Amino acid sequence: MYRYDATDRELLRQRTEQFRDQTRRYLAGQLPEDDFRQLRLRNGLYQQRHAPMLRISVPYGLLESAQLRRMARIVRTYDRGYGHFTTRQNIQLNWPRLEQVPDLLAELAEVQLHSIQACGNDTRNITSDYLAGVADDEIVDPRPYCELLRQFVTLHPEFYWLPRKFKFGFTGATVDRAATRTNDAAVHVLRRDGAVGYRCFVGGGLGRLPLLGQEMNAFVPEPDLLMYACAILRTFNRFGRRDNIHKARIKIVLREWGIERFRAAIEEEYAKIRSSAEGERLRLLPEDIERMRGHFSAPPYRPASEVAADVTGQAARDPRFAAWLKRNVRAHRMPGYRVVFVSLKAPQRAPGDCTAAQFEALAELCDTYSFGELRSTYDQNLVLADVAERTLYALWGRLDAAQLATPNIGLTTDITACPGLDFCGLANAGTIGVTQDIYRRFDSLDAQYEIGPIRITMSGCVNGCGHHSVGHIGILGVAKHGEEWYQVTLGGSPGHDAAIGERVGRALARNEIADGVERLMRAYLTLRSDDDETFIECYRRAGIAPFKSALYGSESDSETVAA
Amino acid sequence: MSRVIRGRAIVEDDWTLAVEAPARSAAAGKLIVPLARWRAERAALLASAAAVGVLLPNTEDVEAVYPLLADRPLIALQFPTFADGRALTQAVLLRNRLGYTGELRALGDVVRDLAFWLARCGFDALVPRPDQDLQACRQALDEILVAYQPAADAHDPVWVRRRARAAG
Repeated sequence: MYRYDATDRELLRQRTEQFRDQTRRYLAGQLPEDDFRQLRLRNGLYQQRHAPMLRISVPYGLLESAQLRRMARIVRTYDRGYGHFTTRQNIQLNWPRLEQVPDLLAELAEVQLHSIQACGNDTRNITSDYLAGVADDEIVDPRPYCELLRQFVTLHPEFYWLPRKFKFGFTGATVDRAATRTNDAAVHVLRRDGAVGYRCFVGGGLGRLPLLGQEMNAFVPEPDLLMYACAILRTFNRFGRRDNIHKARIKIVLREWGIERFRAAIEEEYAKIRSSAEGERLRLLPEDIERMRGHFSAPPYRPASEVAADVTGQAARDPRFAAWLKRNVRAHRMPGYRVVFVSLKAPQRAPGDCTAAQFEALAELCDTYSFGELRSTYDQNLVLADVAERTLYALWGRLDAAQLATPNIGLTTDITACPGLDFCGLANAGTIGVTQDIYRRFDSLDAQYEIGPIRITMSGCVNGCGHHSVGHIGILGVAKHGEEWYQVTLGGSPGHDAAIGERVGRALARNEIADGVERLMRAYLTLRSDDDETFIECYRRAGIAPFKSALYGSESDSETVAA
Repeated sequence: MSRVIRGRAIVEDDWTLAVEAPARSAAAGKLIVPLARWRAERAALLASAAAVGVLLPNTEDVEAVYPLLADRPLIALQFPTFADGRALTQAVLLRNRLGYTGELRALGDVVRDLAFWLARCGFDALVPRPDQDLQACRQALDEILVAYQPAADAHDPVWVRRRARAAG
């Protein structure tokens, strides 16, 4: 866990006071609405349907117990007793009052949390692999590089007023668990001939025009991380379109220029930086990286002889524990330890929501069972990364009591969804109700286990915060004649096999969508070559046609049927 | 005469923005002219004005046009809205890459809440939007005194400061 020093604390304190003064001026009528809008966005405040929404950055998805306790207190004091984990590993509050936000931010700052650049046209919170440091397929731990870049882009004066938001996603493993190529820039930390470097992709993004990032540079050397980031951001700041908000992301520059011209521009700027005094100041030395790596050293693991346990006996006696063990627990690279997933997808709960009591329980559990740390995932769940086998049964009991042990990780009811029309001012359609419909349809765990791994994702509007474009089954809410309708895409994936889903046909009505998903599942169970072929593998082999027939039943296609 | 924040002081502005050539030959003074005018009327401007500064559109490639600007005592950059940061990159390149040492002036939608970012990117003169309080704008230049990254001001990068701390 990165620990703030005096510099970090002082910067955050001054920033918090800066926003306190801006809020005071706005409330006193001394700051015009349009001016304040730009300022509040850069402090995480977004105007929502009912109240401002406050987004709190969780740098690369890493939290510690003191922060969780503070979150419990904050959601009780300033909100309605719960927070919401997002697809960018952040936490959102739906009901803060503007006049209280400066105090709220000051309370966050005490536990090194903030909302700097959580919204607005700037460099957003960096996302990363939630298994960083524990994954057995990891090449290099990405977290030290994430933190070095976080500091570089935080309040960067040249890149604080970009054409549009800019997102970085990192991984250092062979499996991409952070949907990195859906970001404006993806950084894959890797080794070549023993040397660390970065494979960089640029131009990804979801929303209206979902695109995956394209490779810009196969190997940027380790000392050049900040130089290359500077080259990308500077190129974007200069050439990103500012005439149309829908065409302002860096992916549009890439598309309009073509990849050769775009790459040449970034490489030319990188070369200029590298050979100048600016490059000298940005070049990281081995000691800089070593110092940062020290913040993310492995916890004091105990020898396997003290922590390993055979849990098959407990599993045989208790089938609910067995189901959880099978679905929510993964192997760890240290003998005697396991990775435990905490499901935020319990029945009758909005995906990603976490109550004050759950924040408190999680603080207690990560202190007791996982060296005081917790991670948030890209698919709106949580991870206790370092759990001793001997404590699994006790941990399960306590998670279960807190409704955090639903054994559905990676399954049908592990639905990723934005807050939708119930909260969001942008949404065209509800998402939470639909997730509940699907949940009820597949409530039987046996049915979910039969279907196996699948990623259902849903967004309430085309901005795509619920990542519908990269779901195996993606659901997009649209408004038609004042009613909520849902478009279905198939075959998307956010990982190393990343793909943008294909739209199947006409939208389905609110009361048809759960039936439609069920028919897709039945089609898969019929079509699959054997029990081991997953939904996405089956879709890639069989193609869209049989799924399309299944989705629309006996109807011929479709667009003509649409109202 | 309007006022300008120059350095950390509020002073009377001795420059006049002259977008178009006046009908009659203007009184000699210190003129800021658009780049197009500077290209077209360079000799005449140098002969008639006490000093000539140049105003650049924020879409201009400063590296490409710098040979025309290197000896100018003032370059003015534009903010059509304060949230349009293109001129910040122009300023950083002028200061850091091209070594420009003359006055770098921010014009347009220059508000108090932009001042800090302008100062860090190498602007040393601001003409605030008419509704702005000049004293407040001047104070805002130093709104945050800690910086993580280098820009076009005196701050060392945080990683360089941490090296020094570790060494000593």
